[in-house]
Amino acid sequence: MKAKIAEKKTTMSRTIRADYLARVEGEGAMYIRLKGDEVREVKLKIFEPPRFFEGFLRGRSYLEAPDMTARICGICPVAYQMSSVHAMEQIAGVTVDGPIRDLRRLLYCGEWIESHALHIFMLHLPDFLGYESAIHMAPDFKAEVEMALTLKKYGNELMALVGGREIHPINVRVGGFYKAPARDEVRGFRDKLIWGMEASRKAVALVAGLEFPDFEQDYEFVAMRHPDEYPLTEGRLVSSRGLDIDLSEFENEFEEQQVEHSNALHCVHRERGNYFVGPLARYALNYDRLSPAARELAVKGGLDPVVRNPFKSIIVRAVEMFWAYEEALRIVDSYEPPEKPFVETPPRRGTGFGCSEAPRGICWHRYSIDDDGLIIDAKIVPPTSQNQRTIESDLREYVKGRTSLSDDKLQWQCEQAVRNYDPCISCATHFLKLTVDRG
Amino acid sequence: MSVLVIGAGNDCRQDDGFGIAVARALASRSLDGVEVLELSGEGGSILAALEGREQVYLVDAVHSGADPGELHRLDAGSETIPCSFFHYSSHDFAVAEALEMARILDRLPPVVVVFGVEGERFDHGIGLSTAIQERVEEVADCIQGEISASACR
Repeated sequence: MKAKIAEKKTTMSRTIRADYLARVEGEGAMYIRLKGDEVREVKLKIFEPPRFFEGFLRGRSYLEAPDMTARICGICPVAYQMSSVHAMEQIAGVTVDGPIRDLRRLLYCGEWIESHALHIFMLHLPDFLGYESAIHMAPDFKAEVEMALTLKKYGNELMALVGGREIHPINVRVGGFYKAPARDEVRGFRDKLIWGMEASRKAVALVAGLEFPDFEQDYEFVAMRHPDEYPLTEGRLVSSRGLDIDLSEFENEFEEQQVEHSNALHCVHRERGNYFVGPLARYALNYDRLSPAARELAVKGGLDPVVRNPFKSIIVRAVEMFWAYEEALRIVDSYEPPEKPFVETPPRRGTGFGCSEAPRGICWHRYSIDDDGLIIDAKIVPPTSQNQRTIESDLREYVKGRTSLSDDKLQWQCEQAVRNYDPCISCATHFLKLTVDRG
Repeated sequence: MSVLVIGAGNDCRQDDGFGIAVARALASRSLDGVEVLELSGEGGSILAALEGREQVYLVDAVHSGADPGELHRLDAGSETIPCSFFHYSSHDFAVAEALEMARILDRLPPVVVVFGVEGERFDHGIGLSTAIQERVEEVADCIQGEISASACR
């Protein structure tokens, strides 16, 4: 009798679904269909409506690109601003360095800090500790939540200091900034950054002590790589399977594909399919570019130089948050305002490429502009569209060995697996190809 | 300055711009000792704005299923703000979550009153629908009245 029940159970159809994924940016759903122990179907459904950014950039001035693309995301606007200004500067034949370049990095550190602090503590940690949300977690972890809020607040303050405001900064322009902050304002940030480094150390210790599912995958990691720095705004694109290309070669290697179940395009490697962008990729491909203190912290956090367990991305984010505070401190301590906050970038016909490391992975842009500086064509590939297929592949593999779990538990763990990627669904949904078949 | 008015929302999302419209109406009255802030509704910024305040009035559009234009007044000091109330949901840490988090962390100012007006349209676009637009000055008057009454106490 027992055997019969077991047999029946193994061939039974089950559906695990989360109709509205909580604690991710934007609107998406997850659907998994099982037949016995077999995973029949996995879909990350993104129903956030498309916003046609690439379409309405056409015909606008190249100088408007950073302000318009910043609106793609309220969590990582700087990523869009930095990728777009670099592309436009490439067309103009201009390189920005010195204090303006440092200010850009400082602004970007602010974004990494606020985004990582939010994700580590408010979105991902409740999963590990068994709470429904950060609100439910807070009564038992008051000190940690207080620390998280301050960590995030300082990130937002850095963005406001350099960018003019914390969400959708208004001070960024092609060639630099409209206004450079005063020396004292920037240097006055020092104590907060030192506090942030110490708090980030505590964050690493906290998340390193969590329990992690035994789950590793053989990913192709893709990230930027700079000759000297941990990557933020400049570098080549490299991968753990030997890719090493200039930004202009991105479309030779990768392509965006439309899938029926998602309003966001899936970006895949043309030959090898899905790949992985974000903290785990950045870390694995740039471990040697981390500061000695950040590397030491990674070791203390139990991390090897390559981490293939996506659940451990929470530790890598905490190490990166430390690095961002440390890098911000380096910039603040040596800051002298530039004589002029931007370099001139006269309009010139051409095509340019920009890419930067958003907190959740590479954000690649291509623009073509005409003689008057009007945008003829734009293409934006955000990180979440690049990770979508890997998220689905993770879910498929993760569920395989865990079909005996109850539906509730399986759903919980699958949602946690999605949140490993800190997906930004709003960013990923920017394009929908519509075909009208009139027979 | 301890009296703060927060207008939360996004004026590029039609009725979601209600809080911003009320904030602007009140800012144009230049009330003594009253600071007015326009915020997106992101929870972290709201939490930061509450710090050190005595009296906070927060205005936002809501969607609870009531008729468009219906006004809700909630006293956050004595009641929980329903998380499903507000339209904004970025990373699930928004107005209601920020106020609840403030309560848990003992950061809730002594007076926090939330005015929510039932919105009708939350799609991309500028401008409030008629039923909502009519409420802007009325809610601004309510808040001004409550501020004056508390100053007399």
